[in-house]
Amino acid sequence: MNALLEAQSVGHSYAGGQLGCEDVSFRLYPGEVLGVVGESGSGKSTLLGCLSGMIEPSQGSVRFDAGGQGLRDVFSLSEPERRLLMRTDWGIVRQNPRDGLRMNVSAGGNVGERLMAVGARNYTEIRGEALDWLTRVEIPSGRIDDLPRTFSGGMQQRVQIARILVSKPRLVFMDEPTGGLDVSVQARLLDLLRGLVRDLGVAAVVVTHDLAVVRLLSDRLMVMRQGRVVESGLTDQVLDDPQHPYSQLLVSSVLQA
Amino acid sequence: MYVATKGGESAIEATHELIAEERRGDTTVPELGTDQVRNQLGRAVDRVMTEGSLYDPDLASLAIKQAQGDMVEAIFLLRAFRTTLPRFGAAEPLDTSKMIIRRRISAAFKDIPGGQILGPTYDYTHRLLDFDLVKEGANATSAPEATATEQTMPRVTDILGAEGLMQAENREEIEAEPFDLGRQPMSFPANRDQRLQNLFRGDEGFVLALGYATQRGYGRNHPFVGEIRMGFVEVEFTPPELGFTISIGEIEVTECQMINQFTGTKDIQPMFTRGYGLAFGQSERKTMAMALVDRALKASELGEDRDHPPQDEEFVLAHSDNVEAAGFVSHLKLPHYVDFQSELSLLRGLREDALSTQDKEAAE
Amino acid sequence: MNSRAFHSVDGTYNFAYLDEQTKRMIRRTLLKAIAVPGYQVPFGGREMPMAYGWGTGGIQITASIIGRDDTLKVIDQGADDTTNAVSIRRFFRRVAGVQTTEETSKATLIQTRHRIPEKQLTEKQILVYQVPQPEPLWKLEPREVETRKLHAYSEYGLMHVKLYEDISRHGEIITTYDYPVEVNARHIMSPSPIPKFDNPKMAMMPALQLFGAGREKRIYAIPPYTRVRSLDFDDHPFKPQRFDKPCALCGAEEVFLDEVILDDKGDHMFVCSDSDHCRERRAAGHTGSRASDAADMGFVPTEGLN
Repeated sequence: MNALLEAQSVGHSYAGGQLGCEDVSFRLYPGEVLGVVGESGSGKSTLLGCLSGMIEPSQGSVRFDAGGQGLRDVFSLSEPERRLLMRTDWGIVRQNPRDGLRMNVSAGGNVGERLMAVGARNYTEIRGEALDWLTRVEIPSGRIDDLPRTFSGGMQQRVQIARILVSKPRLVFMDEPTGGLDVSVQARLLDLLRGLVRDLGVAAVVVTHDLAVVRLLSDRLMVMRQGRVVESGLTDQVLDDPQHPYSQLLVSSVLQA
Repeated sequence: MYVATKGGESAIEATHELIAEERRGDTTVPELGTDQVRNQLGRAVDRVMTEGSLYDPDLASLAIKQAQGDMVEAIFLLRAFRTTLPRFGAAEPLDTSKMIIRRRISAAFKDIPGGQILGPTYDYTHRLLDFDLVKEGANATSAPEATATEQTMPRVTDILGAEGLMQAENREEIEAEPFDLGRQPMSFPANRDQRLQNLFRGDEGFVLALGYATQRGYGRNHPFVGEIRMGFVEVEFTPPELGFTISIGEIEVTECQMINQFTGTKDIQPMFTRGYGLAFGQSERKTMAMALVDRALKASELGEDRDHPPQDEEFVLAHSDNVEAAGFVSHLKLPHYVDFQSELSLLRGLREDALSTQDKEAAE
Repeated sequence: MNSRAFHSVDGTYNFAYLDEQTKRMIRRTLLKAIAVPGYQVPFGGREMPMAYGWGTGGIQITASIIGRDDTLKVIDQGADDTTNAVSIRRFFRRVAGVQTTEETSKATLIQTRHRIPEKQLTEKQILVYQVPQPEPLWKLEPREVETRKLHAYSEYGLMHVKLYEDISRHGEIITTYDYPVEVNARHIMSPSPIPKFDNPKMAMMPALQLFGAGREKRIYAIPPYTRVRSLDFDDHPFKPQRFDKPCALCGAEEVFLDEVILDDKGDHMFVCSDSDHCRERRAAGHTGSRASDAADMGFVPTEGLN
């Protein structure tokens, strides 16, 4: 099978000189979920920015297979190509749903936007599809015309997920998708996400400090510390038998907590 | 009974006559001369010249008289006149280090080469209404003669610059053909010359409010008044047909340079950053505010967060011009009845639909 | 449209107020605008002696293309006798000394605010629109750096989100004026705040249509015989306004009507917004239900009316 996303020695430092991340390499295959864990400041968010085309890395390359044409450097794409990618093949689930939703547009409009962005012009069909997706993320159909601000945090996050999945992306980036939610809400959201990711066969990169999230969602895991990957492998393997002292500390601290 | 809301030419002419009469006011009171405006309302003249973007105290005085002291209206008059003037080219950059100084202060140093010169300022006056001014002729005081300060006074920011402590202005930008806001539309992202020209012409109240907001945490940039200097500078111009520089006159300006904090990057040593303000005549408030906003607008090039309105160049630059702003606000007075009719019909239609739905539901 | 001598009638200003350099700059902008229909071309808009928002964009276009042989008509809300139309007409009479008219068919150049005349325009005419806000996306995205990209890459999905929201909330698209159009199957454009009733007139119009936004410093154009489509959904097609009654003065149907309030007891009537069209019909003997009241109400040639 051909890789969907490939990172080669990706590194980035900020204008102020602070290190974001350094020398990260991996390949992600269609349908695969990669977890990236580390504490805040470990460079995982910078890495996510580099992978998702938001931050141009100062070293290395990020390549993506858009439409089965083989791997192409994300940053050598023209701006319109990259923007098209972001509203078709890619989706980014933000930690704060306010950053990923249009708060002044109804839930249905939010979900329908990506369809309209690629040329859908039949209102009934757009609405039908929006309704279908809202149902799949367990939003009651009667709330399709409500504004996201009238929804709870967990519901907002689910609308955001529907808004992204409606365009059937091949790769989804998630930045702390359960951050800021109550524990019970987190569990339900994770369950839902796991089901959707499996059903759709969508690949994902999930960045989180929460080991429970990656244990449930990801096939493979990378542990980051001070901008570098200190350990990587199958999720169960890394979590059950961590090799690097930092991974051991991370796993044990969660267990104790 | 129906009254036609239509105005003919005679109505417009009549309003012109009425306003002329109002402007003159009580004819038993002597008419205000533009020389009186120029001499006795100098700060108003300065503001109209600055925001009107034309250095001509006589025309600014005329505009103030014609506008009955309405500053935004006077600025508009001067701008509209300015449009009709031919443009010969851009002057050489003003060299304010060679300014013939009337006032010069620094808040960053106790003593500076050339000294602090208080000059004319309201800063230390007690704001008590001076009832003596009601009486004519009571104000013929003469200030002690100042010794002309011919000695050169280095700019504080240059002194810091020589030590490498002050971020230098971008040479390429200085040497490039300057943008001309009077001839070219604003474009985004805006270069520094576009930003400074815009802020120079920008409404004093708007720029002041934004500058003030930076001091209250909306885009804080840790300012110190490096130096404010006010006085006369020479304007030099190089006519293409001559090929050498000639002096075309002297203008009075106020310049403010703010010193702001900035920590360096991996590649650049830590140094202070600059906020720059300039205005025609004596306009300290405007130049200080301008310097604060200039610095706030540098946020993105310095890699700072842009979270607040004063750091958002589209927000600041698109709304600073009071001629544009006043025009667009006042255009709401123009008839909009075609659009209003459209909205009215729609609203009636929507209400009818809602009522008939209710009726249907009630019947079921 | 050549201007042979460059002096205004009273000799104070150049012919048609603007200097020749500025006119050349605006004409170059116009050529570019015509070459890329619906695309907003930035131009070095000048300060005019009228307030921004009062037609300075249209005035600059008119000043740049008007010649001594032109006949100018100026309307505001469809009428020649509204104050600002009168004021702009006076301005051009003074600085260009051109003939002015209220008759649509006699004009070679028509400057308008908020309406398109009811009478079909011809290839020999130019329609100049005054535009307050040229950016059709501004309510959805205020940042110009972003809207320019949306136009450049044809990313117009957001526009339909707005229409979607209207239908989901009200059952129909509730934009009634300044209703966005797609020009030449490429650019989305603001038609200026004309009622959507007038939108269909823009399509395949024989006259050249020029749009000037003075404050925002943008010019755009629709060349003659260009496709112009009002945005909609396949299953919610664009519908212009309809009035159930004809004009109370001239009996015209299928025209845009103004509501005139007659007293404080709810009596009102609907009359043509296009005052010349109404006058012409009445002159030709057409009458509406309240035609006899017309003279009492000031619906007569109104030059000099207070």
